[in-house]
Amino acid sequence: MSEIKSDSNLEKLLAKGEFVVTGELGPPKSVDMSVLDGKIAALSGAVDAVNITDNQTAIVRISSIGTAFYVMARGLEPVVQMTCRDRNRLAIQADLLGAYLNGARNLLCLTGDHQSFGNHPQAKQVYDIDSMQLIYMVKQMRDEKTFQCGEEIRNNKKSDIHEPRFFIGAAANPFADPLEWRVSRLEKKAAAGVDFVQTQCVYDMDCFRRWMEDVVARDLHKKVKILAGITPIRSLGMLRYMKSSVAGITIPDSLIERFEKTEDVKEEGRAFALEQIEQFRQMEGVAGVHIMAIEAEKTVRGIVEDAGLLPRPQAA
Amino acid sequence: MIVAEQKPITDILDMLPEGKRILVVGCDTCVTVCLAGGEKEVKVLSAALRMAKKQFDEISGVSIERQCDGEFIDEIREQVAAADVVLSMACGAGVQMMSDFFPDKPVLPALNTLFMGSNEGAGYWMERCLGCGDCVLDLTAGICPRTRCSKGLMNGPCGGSENGKCEVDPENLDCGWNLIYQRLKSLNRLDAMMPIRPPQDWSKSHDGGPRKLIREDVQL
Repeated sequence: MSEIKSDSNLEKLLAKGEFVVTGELGPPKSVDMSVLDGKIAALSGAVDAVNITDNQTAIVRISSIGTAFYVMARGLEPVVQMTCRDRNRLAIQADLLGAYLNGARNLLCLTGDHQSFGNHPQAKQVYDIDSMQLIYMVKQMRDEKTFQCGEEIRNNKKSDIHEPRFFIGAAANPFADPLEWRVSRLEKKAAAGVDFVQTQCVYDMDCFRRWMEDVVARDLHKKVKILAGITPIRSLGMLRYMKSSVAGITIPDSLIERFEKTEDVKEEGRAFALEQIEQFRQMEGVAGVHIMAIEAEKTVRGIVEDAGLLPRPQAA
Repeated sequence: MIVAEQKPITDILDMLPEGKRILVVGCDTCVTVCLAGGEKEVKVLSAALRMAKKQFDEISGVSIERQCDGEFIDEIREQVAAADVVLSMACGAGVQMMSDFFPDKPVLPALNTLFMGSNEGAGYWMERCLGCGDCVLDLTAGICPRTRCSKGLMNGPCGGSENGKCEVDPENLDCGWNLIYQRLKSLNRLDAMMPIRPPQDWSKSHDGGPRKLIREDVQL
């Protein structure tokens, strides 16, 4: 990983061996800038880069790329999320050129939540390509300097090649089924060309530890930087809902019991997040944390500070 | 087979003009097997139309071997000539073929055509093939990822697979990739999960205008 492939701050920090912190910012459903400004203020200086979600849970919001430009202009480095649900290979490549032109350098390649979860369940899904093929396509654009069709990325035969160079990310879920195939799925993404992954939020540390051990045994952590996902627990209802209704998230009964016993759930959630960060820092192969405090962005700075991770380091 | 289901009777009545002679035409192939538009269904629908509040001059019924094949459509030219409107109980292909054969006669669809699929048990059909024109079943243990995965993924399960079910409908929908994985495992072929499948060539699928198959070896 010593060779720098993009102009991404996140990549440079990871290359230096810093324990990185990324955050997440869900664009609002209207062009009310005050909401966005509040989230940006909450995350500025608290994280190294911030994921900008792409119509998350298939609900229409300000676009990931449009929000990324807004965020960048205010000094935060974005990780543009790109799903395969809404765009075919033409639209994706065109949007990548446009995102790069305007300064975006990190890209997270996702399949995307199914449209039935969102507010336009009658929309036609695209899925021209899947997340694995998207990773490969972005790597091809960067390293082979060609479009998916094989054509070189230049204006005409006489002009120079100017390719978009992204730091390529993806998601990894250690908790979904088939459980035994989850490290192989990461291995496949590594082969497709992913540079970093952010995991599904971890609540079952034992399961995550076993996954990481297998990742390290296969040397995948040397090919792919792994950021462990954290979503601080804010209420018992949230915890129970995730256990009963969200596929691909495992919540041990012992964790529910712990939170049932406590009087101040938010404080306990904070304490649990801090314990997790400490465990991740000790765990071989974990290169950072990805804190997904959607609609609770204000809590992130305190957690990062109490974890002893402030101020955030500079790349250069 | 092509699987279809009858439109709601209210929709059918809405599209039929009052006071006309209606010929209900069944199809004895796919839609007979899936109990949507065969000889029996022609009789049931005709009876329902006769009992409707809307009055028709005459309701008659007939069923032919296949409405997607001109050879069989020729058999009912006289009956069609004696009717004002044809109500076809075939799939969309049959309705269109009938329209081509009788361009001066309204041919209306009595069914919604759903998918290419299989009979899974009494009263239970399931889609099995998208007709994408580029079959990968040799690589996926005979289970189509395009059809069985909610997102048509080609490179393994997404993060929404839990207890063998798809997050889109955890009660009723199997995760297609979990099925593929388990069958590859039982075939001792899990290595087939690892190669990165390239983007599909959608030009072989429905991508503009009807696809055609022309085989010179069987042309006269």
